[in-house]
Amino acid sequence: MTAPLLQVDDLHVRFPVAGGGLLGKGRRTLHAVNGISFELAKGECLSIVGESGCGKSTTALSILGLQEPTEGMIRYRGKPLTGAGAPNRIDRAKAVQMVFQDPYASLNPRQSVRTSLAAPLRLHGISNGSEVEGRIEAMLKNVGLTPEQARRYPHEFSGGQRQRIGIARALILEPEIVVLDEPVSALDVSVRAQIINLLLDLQEKLGLSYLMISHDLSVVEHMSDRVLVMYFGEIVEEGRWQHIFQTPTHPYTRRLIAAIPDPDARQPLGGCQENSANAAVSAGGQVQDVFSPPTRSELVEIAPQHWMRFAAAAQ
Amino acid sequence: MRLGFNFWLGATLTALVIFAGVLAHWIAPFDPVLDADLMNSELPPDATFWFGTDGQGRDVYTRILYGAQISLTVGIVSQVINSIIGVTLGMTAGYWGGWWDDLVNGLTNVMLAIPSLIFALAVMAVIGPGLPSLLIALGLTNWSWTCRIARSSTLSLKSQGYVQAAQTLGYGDLRIMFTQILPNMMGPILVMATLGMGSAVLSEAALSFLGLGIQPPFPSWGSMLTDARQLIQLAPWAALFPGLAIFLSVLGFNLLGDGLRDSLDPHMRTRKP
Repeated sequence: MTAPLLQVDDLHVRFPVAGGGLLGKGRRTLHAVNGISFELAKGECLSIVGESGCGKSTTALSILGLQEPTEGMIRYRGKPLTGAGAPNRIDRAKAVQMVFQDPYASLNPRQSVRTSLAAPLRLHGISNGSEVEGRIEAMLKNVGLTPEQARRYPHEFSGGQRQRIGIARALILEPEIVVLDEPVSALDVSVRAQIINLLLDLQEKLGLSYLMISHDLSVVEHMSDRVLVMYFGEIVEEGRWQHIFQTPTHPYTRRLIAAIPDPDARQPLGGCQENSANAAVSAGGQVQDVFSPPTRSELVEIAPQHWMRFAAAAQ
Repeated sequence: MRLGFNFWLGATLTALVIFAGVLAHWIAPFDPVLDADLMNSELPPDATFWFGTDGQGRDVYTRILYGAQISLTVGIVSQVINSIIGVTLGMTAGYWGGWWDDLVNGLTNVMLAIPSLIFALAVMAVIGPGLPSLLIALGLTNWSWTCRIARSSTLSLKSQGYVQAAQTLGYGDLRIMFTQILPNMMGPILVMATLGMGSAVLSEAALSFLGLGIQPPFPSWGSMLTDARQLIQLAPWAALFPGLAIFLSVLGFNLLGDGLRDSLDPHMRTRKP
């Protein structure tokens, strides 16, 4: 049996937070991520959904090596990506790259497109000028830009074009895993579909695996193979996208699904569902505090490939 | 590239100072030191002595031309030293944080608490008067604001997507600082340096007044003002023209810095068609 492409095993991230009191009293620990485990297969798109502050971005930063995990292990093709034995930045860069949410802040305003794409190639030892030019040209074509646009600066592009440049930069080193952090939420609605289709085309063409972080469930529904629902640092439900969108089970997931604006006339039903889901969440007494460790609970397989978290006491 | 009126006024004034300093040897009608003639002392401006003469009969116009050399050297060299120290400390402190940040912050606060002129005085008292020690003293004492600005700019730039992208692409810390962060904070640093050039010219005048700067009889605008102070009733031109030179050069540096900041902003840059 071969090791999965990316394996996250019992990931914990905790931050010390200075408390309110004088003399450093009341120093608390923020539990951002509490024991996340999942696997990402080759060619798969796995989405992590959940509200702001639920730990989904922290999970992504840990995978990118920008946030050291407190506990747990991340493996890439069976080899550790964090902790002792972690690769250096150069080696890691060829495994995982990221597409950022804000296309306006994610490109250096003082570097032309060519510089943004050529510098990483040179850093990774490709010094032959014609090879660098060739790869930049091919990559720009891949993302739907013309090679002539390479000499321009970011401010000369629209938001959608900037996001294409951001995608080109993430793919220029030919990584296998791409983390998509809300890849279209900062874009005009009119260009979202173009970028989503571009991402799907590239995934197929280059055999990429996507780890998408989003709270835009319509995008998640369109792109993902599997979905993880995170709530206060834990996975509360996990399954294929059909499971999550057609038979959401955890109260939090149901509330998320019910909150999708529905162009069809299902609105009264949606509102009804939301109310019952709200009631379920509050009735369960699950109002959580990020400063205390979570209560014991476990993921249970409620249907094939469909997992949901139950409190341990309920067993 | 569109540059405003202020930039051109600043550039003209600065060019004038540079022109005066560089060409002083050829365009000055007299020698700044040797052509002292008490018979000609305290003469008002006329066709021979354009800006009049001082208490020892030296031509004020000549001495202002030579004084520009001192002001330029002091302004530029001290600000280059200040910027290198301030940017290096501020950028690394903001980027790395931790104990290094605490140390740099502490040092900056101490430097800000000591009046820089007094600190420069102390440095000069130890290493002695003269132009080189003046440059060292002013270069070592005015980096705190540059350091603060570099640190806060680094903190805000560090969270930009392109810095995180550079980290995930495998860039090292120093490469990120010099290719991603430094070019994007050059605007404020440049403005600080030009403002600093003005204040360095003023500090030079103050130190020369206290006898620790440029040693007489060699002219600097500051020492010329000091000499003229006693004669302000008899020969106001001897104080007026050096004062005007200081005012216009400081104004020129400041306007130039503002204009450069605007032109270095990539949002104002347009590509040639």
